[in-house]
Amino acid sequence: MNSIHDMGGMHGLGPVVAEHSDHVFHEYWQGRVFALRMACSFHRKWNADMGRYARERMPAANFLTASYYERALYTLETLLVENGLVTSAELSSGNSTGKAEVSGVLQPSAVAAIVRSRRKSRIDEEIAPHFNVGDRVMTLNEHPIGHTRLPRYARGRQGVIDRDHGVFVFADSNAMTRDRKPQHLYGVRIAATELWGDNASPRDSVYLDLWDDHLKPV
Amino acid sequence: MSDHHHEDDHDHHHNSPLSGTALRVKALESLLVDKGLIDSKTLDEIVDTYEYRVGPRNGAQIVARAWVDPAYKMRLLANATAAIAEFGFIERWAEDMVAIENTPTIRNMVVCTLCSCYPWPVLGLPPAWYKSDAYRARSVIDPRGVLKELGDDVPESVEVRVWDSTAELRYLVLPERPSGTEGWTEEQLAAIVTRDSMIGVARIELPNVTS
Repeated sequence: MNSIHDMGGMHGLGPVVAEHSDHVFHEYWQGRVFALRMACSFHRKWNADMGRYARERMPAANFLTASYYERALYTLETLLVENGLVTSAELSSGNSTGKAEVSGVLQPSAVAAIVRSRRKSRIDEEIAPHFNVGDRVMTLNEHPIGHTRLPRYARGRQGVIDRDHGVFVFADSNAMTRDRKPQHLYGVRIAATELWGDNASPRDSVYLDLWDDHLKPV
Repeated sequence: MSDHHHEDDHDHHHNSPLSGTALRVKALESLLVDKGLIDSKTLDEIVDTYEYRVGPRNGAQIVARAWVDPAYKMRLLANATAAIAEFGFIERWAEDMVAIENTPTIRNMVVCTLCSCYPWPVLGLPPAWYKSDAYRARSVIDPRGVLKELGDDVPESVEVRVWDSTAELRYLVLPERPSGTEGWTEEQLAAIVTRDSMIGVARIELPNVTS
């Protein structure tokens, strides 16, 4: 969807302010939100792509004024209600009306293994690639109302297949219907001048990871 | 929706009353415990893991190994997931990693314009600036300007490659080994590898160069 989360190329968002601290949570509640998200994902009621789509649906004006962990909190609340783990009445009152139907909870002893084994999106299936390394491709100029990993700034642009990453779950469909739609994922190189015009450096480029369904031959 | 919009990752309000957001999080945690969905001790464990156990020191060990061991470097650049699995930070079948090498003529920098994807197992959680709207928006359109703001002026003769993490692949930049480190041990080298150099926004400078 063409909302505010898709920020690549925007102006007006200020300078990048460096921060040389290794401190990851600046407030206690930020760590709790991060951990709540991981502990709730354990129930497998949603996948990472559904999580991203939930965040993207935060109303744009609210999104811009929220911090990273406020956005994460909104996302978690949305997922909990949409996937039936909590009702919106429980969320607003804070009072449970009964235990959720789940088979267990993430245990402290299981955290270390989860940290090393997050996400498996590569699929071991023999599927023919539509493109080969070195092929010239055109990204689709499509504007789906649902989730997509093809950013606006890179739509309708010519690029070159830099590498074939293998077969992966297709995030765009996995987010909407859990349809994994396995297909090849490629590193696609697009020249900076193709994306941003002649004022961009002719040496520079942006590499994006895009799926067969995002590309057509040139 | 939050009614507390003035807080960001840079704020430090010690000893102040709980903000609206902090109260909302506390209420949510308590509700989820009551619903039988989480164990608060697990939350402590997750926070502790990402605060103290997983971080850029993991990535620094990988970089140092690649600097001293040409065969390891080849494995890392050819199949980063498997090469990183040798250290045990990540399972061989888990999150897919790609390592990209800086050279005197090529600079790589990593961003996620659509969210804030970042290689957690090797770098820990990202710094606030990496997740900032400004970095996400500008890295792709003005990488040289962003690098300059972060203190790194890249000559026009050097090619800049920006990697937008749009899929479940995570990027680790293999920074250039600074001159003056010939003969250093892997441990000494790991100690000078910075988080920002592995995101690709900084070169590695030697501390207290005397020669």
